[in-house]
Amino acid sequence: MIQVKDLSFNYGSKKVLKNISMELKGGNIYGLLGENGVGKTTLLTLLCGLKKPLTGTIDTDGRNPFDRQPSLLAEQFYLPDEVSPVRYKAIDFGRENGALWPRFDFNKYLAILTEFEVDSIQRMDSMSAGQLKKTWIAFALACNARHYFMDEPTNGLDIPSKSQFRKAIMKYTCEDSAIVISTHQVRDLEEIIDPIIILDKEDVLLNASLETITRKLFFDYGNQIHADALYLEHTPSGAIQVYPNSTGEESKVNLEALFNAVHSHKDIIKALFA
Amino acid sequence: MDFHGEKPIYLQIADVFCENILSGSLKADERIPSVREYGADIGVNPNTVMRVYEKLTADGIIYNKRGIGYFVSADARDKILEAQRADFLEKEVPAIKRKMELLGLDAKIFN
Repeated sequence: MIQVKDLSFNYGSKKVLKNISMELKGGNIYGLLGENGVGKTTLLTLLCGLKKPLTGTIDTDGRNPFDRQPSLLAEQFYLPDEVSPVRYKAIDFGRENGALWPRFDFNKYLAILTEFEVDSIQRMDSMSAGQLKKTWIAFALACNARHYFMDEPTNGLDIPSKSQFRKAIMKYTCEDSAIVISTHQVRDLEEIIDPIIILDKEDVLLNASLETITRKLFFDYGNQIHADALYLEHTPSGAIQVYPNSTGEESKVNLEALFNAVHSHKDIIKALFA
Repeated sequence: MDFHGEKPIYLQIADVFCENILSGSLKADERIPSVREYGADIGVNPNTVMRVYEKLTADGIIYNKRGIGYFVSADARDKILEAQRADFLEKEVPAIKRKMELLGLDAKIFN
């Protein structure tokens, strides 16, 4: 389990995160959502120990990630949005760098590359953005880490690769993994992220499972307009409205509508989920 | 899997299981994939698949053998038919009746 308490971080005089607290439990694939510039990437890099909190603490299974103990580093992997086009063939990159993760499985790496249709003898600095990203994802999953922090992993992936990614993330991670995926591409990942964390400037607006979200909020796809809707959007097939769930009826969560509802009614949402 | 409509995804997946049991492609006492296996097969969060299995277990359509996995109940087919018939009579028939009245049609159209 990862426990974040009162975490703050600044870049020089620019405040990014302030008093952020959250709990990330094993066995979950968290979707980290937030507007541009709220600090999603900063939070991910803090979680994996690449940055030092200004104040507050991060506790990963009893350890502080910034101490960068090898035993903890072996258990986590951070996949940045922009991955490095290293001057290696994919196969050699795995052989060389896999050694840094004690549980790295070379055969698994090759198997995932094949599944992703990446040519393992191609040099990574000559790959397309999508191929390069897939190579890094394959490497990440082959490291057999327990905690994964992925920043926009579907950026640059073509349509079939997105579906391969969704399947691979479940097939190749262990059951007690805590996986945190930051994304703007909610439609790419709608079916695999649960719980949902919505980060705001200096606040966590929401950290809830889909089950809780459907209990508290109703997503109405009908055309009858509700006066008390927290959010209303007109779509080609009708309206999407979000309002507090008063009947207990279950509906399908639409993450974009959820995000917009949360953003336009921060206080109501916080009170509802408190 | 492609999800559509307004039903929660876990209920849509449960419907697929029920269809597969009715069509005979899933048979009584057949083992179904584990939560994670099935999640990976269809690219859906294990929490969602877990809710599917919990619902199907509560409805008596599948059962859990501790440490071995989930299996299709012997009477799954009957249970699904019973539930779907009740649902049809309760929801769809009144809707069809209303529509027929609206369009000025009577029961002769079924002959």
